[in-house]
Amino acid sequence: MIMIYVLAAIIIIAAIFSITQKDLILAVVGTSAISVILSIFYYLLQAPDVALTEAAIGIALSTIIFVIAIKKTERYEE
Amino acid sequence: MIYYITAILLILIGMYAVLTKKNIIKIVIGLSIVDSGVNLLLISIGYIKNGTAPIFSVKGLTPDKMVDPVPQALVLTAIVIGLGVTAVALSLVIRLYDHHKTLNIDKIRKLKW
Amino acid sequence: MRKATAIIILALVGYYFLSVFLTVPFGEKRNNVGQYYLHNTVRETGAVNSVTAIVVSYRGFDTLGEVTVLFIASLGLGAILFDKKGKKRRLQHASLIVRVGAHMLYPLIVLLGAYVFVHGHLTPGGGFQGGAIIATGVLLMFISYRSFETSHKALTYIESIAGMTFVLTGLSGLIWGNSFLQNVLPLGEPGRLISAGIIPIIYIAIGFKVGAELTGLLDNMLKTIKSD
Repeated sequence: MIMIYVLAAIIIIAAIFSITQKDLILAVVGTSAISVILSIFYYLLQAPDVALTEAAIGIALSTIIFVIAIKKTERYEE
Repeated sequence: MIYYITAILLILIGMYAVLTKKNIIKIVIGLSIVDSGVNLLLISIGYIKNGTAPIFSVKGLTPDKMVDPVPQALVLTAIVIGLGVTAVALSLVIRLYDHHKTLNIDKIRKLKW
Repeated sequence: MRKATAIIILALVGYYFLSVFLTVPFGEKRNNVGQYYLHNTVRETGAVNSVTAIVVSYRGFDTLGEVTVLFIASLGLGAILFDKKGKKRRLQHASLIVRVGAHMLYPLIVLLGAYVFVHGHLTPGGGFQGGAIIATGVLLMFISYRSFETSHKALTYIESIAGMTFVLTGLSGLIWGNSFLQNVLPLGEPGRLISAGIIPIIYIAIGFKVGAELTGLLDNMLKTIKSD
């Protein structure tokens, strides 16, 4: 029970970290951390299909698409 | 109950990033966070206390204490479509950068071809 | 000024949103259409995984729409990033540990992805998960080796044939049955690999199609990075 509160706090901290960073690669790492903990939440809510889908798509593919887009444009904000 | 509050906070943080930030890639990151929040909200509605996953793996399982399977089927589709939207949005960002050489939406609005 | 307005509006939206959702009790059993699906899945479709039966059999038309949306997204991305010069240079080789590890892990990842989408009606999994796992394995090879290529023609053929298999299976339900995407094969015994009618056929087609599509998407985006 205490684990759910700790994981929820980690998600909110990762989301706020991800939108207030000037280095865009760190922002993308924050988004990927949200996907990892969200996959654990889906397992705790008894939904194994959705946990597999979120782990396979949100962690690997979404992050690599962002990193390729950042590599072709600028890395630092402003 | 903590699941509802976490999902709504994620939606609000994502919408704040879309409304206030000036860098286009930050706006697309905010859009992706809104997608994650909405999916968590949908699945946490169908949960039953002390329920199990809706798969009849062993012969004698009764469907009385199983979790609702309909929101899970809908969220499966929604996650894949969220990835599609993010991919097309980022390809548009790459094309905009090739043309205008900047990622600031204020400057892109002022330039006229 | 802009930030203060945004915070006030979002606080209002959040307050009303939260007050609606605090009246929905968490974890209570409700009588809705999910109860009908849970009680009648094994008898009517022969699939043991209830979520798979809903995605493919009861609401199969939505899955056809989703496959179409993925196809259009991949097409749009290829059209927007089209470069007539088409220089195909990639980054340098990765280091030795990454190269050897990727060479050993790549067949295992593809095998895991194929296992996940073949057993979609028995265990958690299915076409979309298996396709994403296969695309991740191919991505590992793209990153490690400079000269790893996937032939464009083969991906196009796999994707088109898989898409046509899905639609033809649905049309066969219309010809020999009553409606589009109806089960016309014998149901078999629930729990075995060859059972549940047309559900394994559709999921295998979706697995191939999603894997080929996501690989093509990654190939398109990685293609024009110049090495400096």
